[in-house]
Amino acid sequence: MNLQIENLGDIVVIGLREERLDAHNSTDLKSQMLNLLETGHTHLVVDLQDVRFVDSSGLGALVSGFKNATARNGALKLSSLQPQVQSMFELTRLHRVFEIFPNIDLAAASFQG
Amino acid sequence: MEERIELDIRVPNSTCYLGMIGHIGEAMARTLRDYHGDREELAYHLNLVLTEATANAMKHGRSQIPETPLRITITVAGNCLVIRVFDQGRGFDFAALPCQDEHNLPEHGRGLFIIRTLMDRVCYRKSNGGHVLEMEKKLD
Repeated sequence: MNLQIENLGDIVVIGLREERLDAHNSTDLKSQMLNLLETGHTHLVVDLQDVRFVDSSGLGALVSGFKNATARNGALKLSSLQPQVQSMFELTRLHRVFEIFPNIDLAAASFQG
Repeated sequence: MEERIELDIRVPNSTCYLGMIGHIGEAMARTLRDYHGDREELAYHLNLVLTEATANAMKHGRSQIPETPLRITITVAGNCLVIRVFDQGRGFDFAALPCQDEHNLPEHGRGLFIIRTLMDRVCYRKSNGGHVLEMEKKLD
C-alpha cells in the first residue's frame, strides 16, 4: 500500500496515497497503524484525501486502529474525507465513532485541546 | 426494445482483482441506456456491492482447488439488475449478521449489511455444489 507518513510534533499523519481502501490493501494499513502504536506513536491522523472508495474491510482496518489507539490512551482521527467516503461512514454509523475533520491541520490542532 | 446486458466474468481468486470488478460495475452504471436516476450514485453502489460480494466469496467460498476461478454474472433486463457471485467453498452463515453496534465496534461483518442496505433483494443459496449470493436492484 502506498502510504506517506509525516510527523507533526508528537502527532503522526498517515496519508493514504491510494484511490481505493479495500480488502486488497486494508491489512497493510492495519499493520502500519499497529506498528506506529507499538512504537509509542499514539496520536494518529489518517488522511483520506486521495481515497475515493472504501469498503467494509477498509472501515474495519480503521476501526482496528481506533480501538488500538484508544486502548493505549491515544486517539486516531480522520481528515479530508471525500463525499462518497463520508457517506460510507454515515451508512455504517461510524461517523458517530470517529472524529472527522475537513483537513489535516484541523485534525492535528484538535489534539492540542 | 428492452435493454438487455449479460456479463459472465471469471477472475482468479485474488483480492488484486477487486478494483477491476468494481470498475466494471461503475462502467455499467454510466452506460445503461434507460436509467434516469443518479448515475454516479449508482456507479458507487455497484462498485461497492461487487467489491463486497466478491471479497466475501474469496474469503469464505474458496474452492478445494486454489486455481478455481471465481464466477460473477451481471445481468440487466429492462429495469432489473441482478448480480450473482458464485463460490465453491463451504459458504457462510447468511443469517448470522452482527448488529451495527457503535459501542462494541466489531472490525468485521459490515459487508453484508452494506449489500442488504443498497440492494432491493438479497439471497444466498446452494448452486452446483457451491453457493451463489444473488442481489437484485430495480433501476427506477
